[in-house]
Amino acid sequence: MKTIKYTILRRIIQLSFLFLFAGGNYFGWEILRGNYSSAIIADSLHLSDPYAVLQILVSGFIASSSVLLGALLIFLIYALIGGRMFCSWICPMNIITDIAFRLRRIFKIETEAKVSVSRNLRYYILALSLIVSAVFGMAAFEIISPISMLHRAIVFGSGAGWAIVAVVFFVDLFVLKAGWCGHICPLGGFYSLVGKQAVIKVKHDKEKCTHCMDCFDVCVEEPVLDIVGKKSDFIRSGACTNCGRCIEVCNDNAMKYSLKFDLKN
Amino acid sequence: MVSRRKVIQRVLEGAVFVGGGGLIWGKSIKANTKADYVLRPPGALKEKDFLKACIKCGQCVEVCPYDTLKLAEPGDGIANGTPFFEPRTIPCYLCTDMPCTDSCPSGALDLKVLTKEEEKPDILNSKMGLAVIHKESCLAYWGIRCEACYRACPLIDKAITLDYEVNKRTGMHAKLLPVVHSDVCTGCGVCEQACVAEKAAIFVLPLDKATGEVGDHYIKGWEKEDEKRINEEVEKADDDKDVKSAIDYLNDDDLIED
Repeated sequence: MKTIKYTILRRIIQLSFLFLFAGGNYFGWEILRGNYSSAIIADSLHLSDPYAVLQILVSGFIASSSVLLGALLIFLIYALIGGRMFCSWICPMNIITDIAFRLRRIFKIETEAKVSVSRNLRYYILALSLIVSAVFGMAAFEIISPISMLHRAIVFGSGAGWAIVAVVFFVDLFVLKAGWCGHICPLGGFYSLVGKQAVIKVKHDKEKCTHCMDCFDVCVEEPVLDIVGKKSDFIRSGACTNCGRCIEVCNDNAMKYSLKFDLKN
Repeated sequence: MVSRRKVIQRVLEGAVFVGGGGLIWGKSIKANTKADYVLRPPGALKEKDFLKACIKCGQCVEVCPYDTLKLAEPGDGIANGTPFFEPRTIPCYLCTDMPCTDSCPSGALDLKVLTKEEEKPDILNSKMGLAVIHKESCLAYWGIRCEACYRACPLIDKAITLDYEVNKRTGMHAKLLPVVHSDVCTGCGVCEQACVAEKAAIFVLPLDKATGEVGDHYIKGWEKEDEKRINEEVEKADDDKDVKSAIDYLNDDDLIED
């Protein structure tokens, strides 16, 4: 059945986080203070971005225990529910890139980069970010991250960050389909690795599949759907963001959220 | 089986990616931190460590009750998302409960920096910078009564004192000259904001930009502790054979022959 219930739910959650963070800054709410790099819930529980903390550690600084534990907690949560659930359910950049993705489909923009860009690029950038962090003694991705600039632009009302967000948007729209989230973002790469063996996965039922290819149309991580129509199994790739778009568009009920407990690859 | 050609190609590609990418990335980091100096919140680690440690969450900015602290934006030349303040706009009012330092989750702002010898952390131990006076643009040094910075200073008569001097130009007035004491000054910048000059004649610079260093080859002979050092140095020199040879080299015959 066609529905957009997961998309609506995702937007509500994404916007709620932004709203709470922004409220924390502008009105002093203590529900959620800080931003996506590090935050504190109800003035008592620290949460931190494990990738940011990893960069800090590599740059040669032993972060305080509150940040380390906060990062560990987030790490464990995403290892359990699927790393890239951050990408599609929390990350504010996802709203921007999803709009670009949708506009591409609506206006049938088929432009692709002249050179083929591998989806593995993000893992190389991830590795490079750690090298640069170590060499320059500074969390390398954090300093240029368009995601951080976006949420800081919203939460702290700074203007200059929007320029780079616009760059991401137009690259996604005109240069490379799913360019940022699907190819470049090292944070997405990081969470792909974290969520490899997560418990929440989309499950495909080959028997129900009519090969309509609708799911391929909406998926920002197309290659993860390689088993669709071929065998009944979980979408096992860590790159799957669990966004639920394939479930929404499938007229045959061949996709659904499911729990996976085995550790096969 | 991967061909040798393929392997070599892969290695070269990898090298170009790491080299080229690293270079561009490094350049953008440099461009992002190109500001000559930046003033950090109280309790900040040394700039180099601070840049490593800060996770850019902005919690210090949020809890600052005076909106003193700001997060750096692209284009500021200050590492994106790190907190700083500009005293001429809003100085630090030295909250006694140190909310910013206390809120930092990463340790980039550390209460230990504000703690001296096992005591409680104290905002007055902060060294965000040091106020420096440019005499030529300071009205008080012209001989006009001003004292704006002195009156504004939260550590009046400690961090800024007034020196009296005869105004030689008039021959009948006194100059009341503000003087900053670096052992007390916290670098809060209230003076900089208070200065009546169009461009502040008293302004805060980071400690390393505003301080000199004598080195250890001068000794304050009038201070007992420092005087001890001279004896230690002499003892050390006695142990050092090279010193003896250095003194004796003039008596060396070879020197004359050359």
